[in-house]
Amino acid sequence: MVNAKAARSAVGSASKWPSDVYRVLKAANVRQMFYVPDAGHTTLINLFLADPDIASNVLTTEEEGVAISVGAWLGGQRSVLLLQSSGVGNCINMLSLPVIARFPLLMLVTMRGEWAEFNPWQVPMGRATQPALEAIGVRVMRADKPDDLAETVEAAAALAYEADQQVAVLIGQRLLGKKKW
Amino acid sequence: MPRSKTSKPGTLARREAMAALLQHRGEILVVTGLGSPTYDVHAAGDRDDNFYLWGAMGGAALVGLGLAQAQPDKSVLVVTGDGEQLMAFGSLATIAVASPRNLTVAVIDNHHFGETGMQMSHTGHGIDFAEVAASCGFAATGTLRTRSDVDKLAKVLAKPARGPSLYVIKVAAENPPRSLPSRDAVFVKNRFRAHLGFPVG
Repeated sequence: MVNAKAARSAVGSASKWPSDVYRVLKAANVRQMFYVPDAGHTTLINLFLADPDIASNVLTTEEEGVAISVGAWLGGQRSVLLLQSSGVGNCINMLSLPVIARFPLLMLVTMRGEWAEFNPWQVPMGRATQPALEAIGVRVMRADKPDDLAETVEAAAALAYEADQQVAVLIGQRLLGKKKW
Repeated sequence: MPRSKTSKPGTLARREAMAALLQHRGEILVVTGLGSPTYDVHAAGDRDDNFYLWGAMGGAALVGLGLAQAQPDKSVLVVTGDGEQLMAFGSLATIAVASPRNLTVAVIDNHHFGETGMQMSHTGHGIDFAEVAASCGFAATGTLRTRSDVDKLAKVLAKPARGPSLYVIKVAAENPPRSLPSRDAVFVKNRFRAHLGFPVG
C-alpha cells in the first residue's frame, strides 16, 4: 500500500501540466490508473496514488495495464494507462483485445528517443512508437507544448470513453524537458 | 539446484472438472483465458456473465483484476490454462500487490500447450503456480487433483476472502470436442455489461 501522505508531498510544482491532466482525468471520471514508472510521469503518478478514490496498479510490464483497463470497463469503470514510449512495444498483442472488442482505452505515453535524448537505446522504440500503435489500430494524438496537453488529453478521453476508441496521447520529449543525468 | 524435469500429470477430465467448479456459481462473474478454458466454460453453459478471451494471451487474470476492482462487491473467477498464465507470470506479482479480496484465479493445468500440438509447458517441467502465487503473497493457494477437491473449492468461491486466491487444477492432457462461444467480442462485451446494468452502445 502506498503511503498517501508521502505521495502527496512528493508532488512537485516543477510544471503545471501534470495537475492539469489530473484534473481533466478526474473530470472524465477515471477511477483506475495503471503505470510503469517514468520520470516524465512522476508527478501525475503521485497525484493519483494520493487519491483514495482511484485504484492504482503498479505493473511489471505495460501490457498488463491494457488488460486491466478492459476488465475495469467490463465492470463499469474508466481508467488510464501511464507508460513510456519503450513500453508501447510491450503492449502490441494485448492491444488486440480493446481494438477487436471496441473497448475504450486511454494511454498517456511519455516520449523518449526523439528530442535531446542522451541514451541511444531509447531511439529505436521512440521511432517505432507511433507507427506501431497505428499498425495495431490505436489512434495517436500528440502534444509538444505544455499548454496543449490538457486539452489534448480531454479530447482523447472523450474519444475513448464516449466514442469507444483506443487512443494514445504521445507527450513529446521536448515538452518533458531534458532528462537530468 | 536444478528443478526436477517433470511434475506429476493430472488425471481429471477437464470438462467434468469445469462443471464441478461452476456447480454453485451463483452470481460469480467469470473471465476465461484463450483456448481450452474458454471452450470448457462455454461447454458448462453459455451465460451473459461470462467474458471469453479468444486471444490476448496473458490477459485473462488481469482482465479479472480490473473487473474485481470495479466490482468490489461481486466475486470474480478467472479460468485459464497453464500456457496462458505462463505468458503473464508477472501478473501474479501485480495482482498480489493490488490484493483484491474478490478475485480467484483457477489455472486449468494440463502441463501442455493444448491448442498447438500438445508441446509440454513449463508446468510439465515442474514450475508450480500455486507455489509462485503463495510466494507473491496470495491469501489462498492450492493444487487440486480430485473431483472432491474441486467440489470443495466450488463451495468457497463466492465466500469473502482475505485477498486474492489461486488454485491449480491438474487435468489430463486431452482435447475434448471444441465448444465454441461467439467470436464477436463486441457482442460478448455488451452482453456482459448489460448483465451488470450498464448502458450498451
